[in-house]
Amino acid sequence: MKRIGLDIGSTTIKCVVLNEEDQIIYSSYERHLSKIAEKIEELLSRLEKEVLHEELDVKIALSGSAGMGIAEASDFPFVQEVYATRIAAKKLQPDTNVIIELGGEDAKILFLTDGVEVRMNGTCAGGTGAFIDQMASLLNVDITEINALAEQKEKIYTIASRCGVFAKSDIQPLLNQGARKEDVAASIFYAVVNQTIAGLAQGREISGNVLYLGGPLTFLSELRKAFDDVLKTKGICPENSLYYVSLGTAYSADQVIHLPTLLERVKNYSHLGNFAFQPPLFHNQEEYDEFITRHNKAQVAILSMDDYQGGYYLGIDAGSTTIKLVLMDEEGNIRYQAYMSNAGNPVPLIKKELEKIYTLKPDIKILSSAVTGYGEDIIKNAFRINFGIVETIAHFVAAKKFMPNVDFVIDIGGQDIKCFKIHNGAIDNIFLNEACSSGCGSFLQTFASALGYDIATFSKLGLFAKKPVDLGSRCTVFMNSAVKQAQKDGATIEDISAGLSRAVVKNALYKVIRVGTSDELGKNIVVQGGTFLNNAVLRAFELELGVHVVRPSISGLMGAYGAALYARTMRVKDSEIVSKEELENFVHEIQVMNCKICPNNCRLTINKFANGRVFIGGNRCEKPVTKKSVANQLNLYEYKQKLFEEYIKPSQNEGKRGTIGIPLGLNQYELLPFWKTLFEALDFKVVVSPFSTRSLYLEGQSTIPSDTVCFPAKLLHGHVVHLVHQGVQTIFYPCMSYNVDERKGDNHYNCPVVAYYPEVINANVKILEREHIHFIKEYVGIHRKKDFPHKFLNILKEHFKDQDFTLKEVKNACKKAYQAYEDYENKIVLKGDEIIANARKNHQQIIVLSGRPYHLDPEINHGIDKMISSFNVAIITEDVVARKVKQKILVHVLNQWTYHSRLYLAASYVGKTDDMNLVQLVSFGCGVDAITTDEVRDILEKNGKIYTQIKIDEITNLGAVKIRIRSLLSALEEKEKKHG
Amino acid sequence: MARLVYDKDGRLLFTKEMRKEYTMIFPMMAPIHFRILKEVFNNMGYHAELLETTGPEIAQTGLKYVHNDTCYPAILAIGQLIHAVQSGKYDTHKIALMITQTGGGCRASNYIHLLRKALARAGLGYVPVVSLNLSGMEKNPGFKLTLSFIRRAIAGLIYGDTLMLLKNQCEPYEINKGETNALVEKWSAYFVERLSKSKGYSLKEMKRNIFKLTDEFALIKCDRSKPKLKVGVVGEIYVKYSSLGNNSLEDFLKDQDCEVNLPMMLGFILFKIDNRLEDIRLYGGSKLKKIVCTLLLDYCTKTEDIIVSSISRYDCFNTPGKYAHLKSLVKDVIGYGDKMGEGWLLTAEMMELVESGYENIVCTQPFGCLPNHIGGKGMIRRIVELMPNANIVAVDYDAGAVKVNQENRIKLMLSIGRENMLKK
Repeated sequence: MKRIGLDIGSTTIKCVVLNEEDQIIYSSYERHLSKIAEKIEELLSRLEKEVLHEELDVKIALSGSAGMGIAEASDFPFVQEVYATRIAAKKLQPDTNVIIELGGEDAKILFLTDGVEVRMNGTCAGGTGAFIDQMASLLNVDITEINALAEQKEKIYTIASRCGVFAKSDIQPLLNQGARKEDVAASIFYAVVNQTIAGLAQGREISGNVLYLGGPLTFLSELRKAFDDVLKTKGICPENSLYYVSLGTAYSADQVIHLPTLLERVKNYSHLGNFAFQPPLFHNQEEYDEFITRHNKAQVAILSMDDYQGGYYLGIDAGSTTIKLVLMDEEGNIRYQAYMSNAGNPVPLIKKELEKIYTLKPDIKILSSAVTGYGEDIIKNAFRINFGIVETIAHFVAAKKFMPNVDFVIDIGGQDIKCFKIHNGAIDNIFLNEACSSGCGSFLQTFASALGYDIATFSKLGLFAKKPVDLGSRCTVFMNSAVKQAQKDGATIEDISAGLSRAVVKNALYKVIRVGTSDELGKNIVVQGGTFLNNAVLRAFELELGVHVVRPSISGLMGAYGAALYARTMRVKDSEIVSKEELENFVHEIQVMNCKICPNNCRLTINKFANGRVFIGGNRCEKPVTKKSVANQLNLYEYKQKLFEEYIKPSQNEGKRGTIGIPLGLNQYELLPFWKTLFEALDFKVVVSPFSTRSLYLEGQSTIPSDTVCFPAKLLHGHVVHLVHQGVQTIFYPCMSYNVDERKGDNHYNCPVVAYYPEVINANVKILEREHIHFIKEYVGIHRKKDFPHKFLNILKEHFKDQDFTLKEVKNACKKAYQAYEDYENKIVLKGDEIIANARKNHQQIIVLSGRPYHLDPEINHGIDKMISSFNVAIITEDVVARKVKQKILVHVLNQWTYHSRLYLAASYVGKTDDMNLVQLVSFGCGVDAITTDEVRDILEKNGKIYTQIKIDEITNLGAVKIRIRSLLSALEEKEKKHG
Repeated sequence: MARLVYDKDGRLLFTKEMRKEYTMIFPMMAPIHFRILKEVFNNMGYHAELLETTGPEIAQTGLKYVHNDTCYPAILAIGQLIHAVQSGKYDTHKIALMITQTGGGCRASNYIHLLRKALARAGLGYVPVVSLNLSGMEKNPGFKLTLSFIRRAIAGLIYGDTLMLLKNQCEPYEINKGETNALVEKWSAYFVERLSKSKGYSLKEMKRNIFKLTDEFALIKCDRSKPKLKVGVVGEIYVKYSSLGNNSLEDFLKDQDCEVNLPMMLGFILFKIDNRLEDIRLYGGSKLKKIVCTLLLDYCTKTEDIIVSSISRYDCFNTPGKYAHLKSLVKDVIGYGDKMGEGWLLTAEMMELVESGYENIVCTQPFGCLPNHIGGKGMIRRIVELMPNANIVAVDYDAGAVKVNQENRIKLMLSIGRENMLKK
């Protein structure tokens, strides 16, 4: 009897038919465009006619998450896909140790020997095949081309490997700064490899015979090479690597089924409409017409260049996915416009447009020009544009033109959401989407094309949908699976289209801006950005808020228009924009190198233009550009790092009692002076791991058990492994439920991760066991000064049985340790006060860059401190100002964590200090900060201050951070102007 | 109408007057337990109402008023409360909301503040919120946790635990469909009635009731000849017990022909009391606190003994592991100082389940749950090393997580479990 196995993946449907000898007599691999039921039906009918002929009794089963629903409803035998893979591998490649399988949206690792273990990507890791697709379209190539590009690689960039959206925001700036496509392509593959290993290996080594399965690994030889390279192995991609799931499913099929009966059941698979839905966008044509008429009122005149002889203002918005250019006359009418998608490098695109303009009007007088957006720096330098302005300002200027009393502007572009409140005529409160939800416009686009539509047609489909699917407010990856589920439940393409439009809006409102009611946004709202040209999204926005908003007719051009308007207000004597002749001899060469001045090791792109002009991108500080020393910069982070450099140095003593290794991570960024002094006083030699680096992180990456824990915690794995590699035999990393009690809160806990991460290290870092490392992870309570020496004596006796310790000796050592901790704190405060005093002398803004002690690590803060200080502001930390508040303050949360308590105190101090502002660093995945951020914001806003939050992760792109900081600074400037 | 009174920090108090006039509503977690507990409140002179609402509006309401990065249980519990307040079913000037506060180092201690912020945003700042905690936080003149209250609550809890344990072991095998459930209903009603008469909470009566109850469950006609896949469910307490939080995980597992085992809630209570003693042992602390906690721990251990001794009389039932035994299991695996959230207890529950034949485990947690990075996901590797037959899947729950993906992962675990079962 023949066996049939079907594998319904997230994007494709695969099928094999086996004869009695288990030989493949038929196989197929095709995209299903989410029309799963129809595809199965079609496939089964085809099999019936073309393959099976008269033998219609078969053993058949189905696999794959996308097929689960239909399997249940139509009584189709189901085999879980990873399980099926295992069955197939056991039969076809019995000496396999590990299988790595990447699918459209799934990544799996199967360990087949020494205890079978199976890993699938969790809710967060996102898709891999889909991810590569997305990245390819970002590079404007198809999937074969991306592989060919990668073959030509010269170097690998670090691209965040956690989820597609993160990677995207790493890649875009690389492209904008002129990095080679070949290198980016290869880097994408390495990101996939790292993502798979970090997310799935979870402490198990991938070694032995490795099998590569699934579409991406079958089609992309360079991806396989990247895996080989990182795993230091040579994996094989076997025959039929695409069909392992369907083969395993066929092997597992044991139920005899008459195919026509099954086909009948599949045909009857009813579309239940059993999904959560919302009211339609428009109930009828009248509603739609009224809506269109209303929005047609917000117009700006678009005229021809022919009959106009005056001067022009040029505005360019070099956005992440699109580039916009506007040529405005002196009256504010648009005379020329361009809107093009950004294929990576914006320079040649702008060059082409300028050439067009010079051809249209050879004698054109461009009076002044301005550029905004991700590509601002390079465009400004390449074409000698007069002004570079931050996006928020450009949008505000443009919005005012349409609604002078605007109090809220929201711009949804290809990849970002930018919105801000306007208070007293100044930008007051900026919200940018965090890296996790930046799906937005480009998401709608990718989705449309995944379903086989162009974006315009796709969104129109939703206008009159009866039951828009409720997809909630979530990031792209989650959205993908939510759509899958809705389709399974019988949602139509119209319902999905409308649902996605509503989801984009909900993301913006509830994830980014976090509004409760529309009143919070004010009455006068201007919406803009390419995504709002989409009427479905615009309608969804109005429905969600229950207000009418203004959408300018040039919604997609507002950034460029704003830049042009800005150029008009800022008078220049002489527009220096490249001339027609210069354009003809235009040269742009790109070179990439690593800056070696500081541990951030920025990857610099050096752009060379004609006449020897050079522009350097990718730098955090001004050092590589100006070669200036920054020693006199007012930056407490640098000072703290210098202090720590001293503590990191190995002890000078002999270490009669032995050597202790301390991993420098999490709370050790503050307690190291304590522990180091304590052990040194007890005659131990102390060795500390260095500041984190990318390669140190990679040393421990494969032992991380939870892919959603915060990055600072993940780094600890690398530190511990590093200490072992250095030959350290004893490692001290204590558990601490409680932190030092500063008596300013209701309690003084550490967060659960800081408190107990040593447990995770102990249970997952295998090298500790292998090398017989003495790992001390005792629970200690340094908050109880009197009890601590007694308790610590017991710990010492327990762990160093062959040595004698006296209570007196331990008490003395503890005294020194507490003193060292206090000395350290005092030094910080002293230096902080000095910086404050100096800043005041120079009339510099003071930014309290707040977070946790471990945000000091350059690999965690990515040099954000340096970037901020390059704007000529002084930087101090939250502990300095928190100490200035002498009594408890009233907060509306349970104030129970020591570090977080400092944040509230700092916010309250900053609120009352004119020349200080607070910027909060938040590590992605920090659950506790979901609570602190709202409270810190409240405290600041009650005091009339602007709250700025920066979310950080593995991500190394500082583009979004720059926008925030620059917006904050220009808002402060505006405020100052107002107050005279 | 009751006057609104605030404390010195501006917190709206639940007054004695309100105790008479107001209905106190609280969110659902474990239905069998909470339905009985509701009666304990009513018996103590409150008007309590347990929310039995379901549906997607609850999560939507939560997402609207609570920071979206907050843990899922907060979004659901607060969503359920606000949704009820806005439903029009109640006079909003005559209701109070009740929510638990553990006082530990995890975010859960802050739910109450998030609830108040949410109420304020919804324009309902005048609705008082009552904290239910054993740490002496947030006192209210109209609400006191007296000793007799605590004793009744513990009784309600252990009745709930016993019913849950036995129901889970009978229902999958019962021959006459519905028989088990009928028995659960019958006994729940009986406990409600006893508690409403201020009866049923002495150790003596508890013992009598639980023994009788166990006897009756043992009489349910069951066919255990065809073994079912035994699956344990552990995790963060809310998503572990609440079907709203775990996308009806229990029902799903039952549909997949499994016998489900949810460890007792009493274990969590014992753990939370014992934590205080561990703190004193590890860091030092007051003698008085030690005495009070030891007394409470001993009392709860006695109630645990009742359940264990009653169930162990029958071979057809799996006897739940005692807290002391669970604690001994993790001795060399994770420290007793890990007390936030479910702490080391989560690890211990997994090990106890494997030990007693529930090798297949779903470890549930809200997406990004901090304590579970340690005691849950962080320990799975170690458990599998020590107990190679353990087959554990960690599943994240979240408003954005999709059921189909969760079920797919669970199905994989079940496939492997079935294969292991066949090998035996």
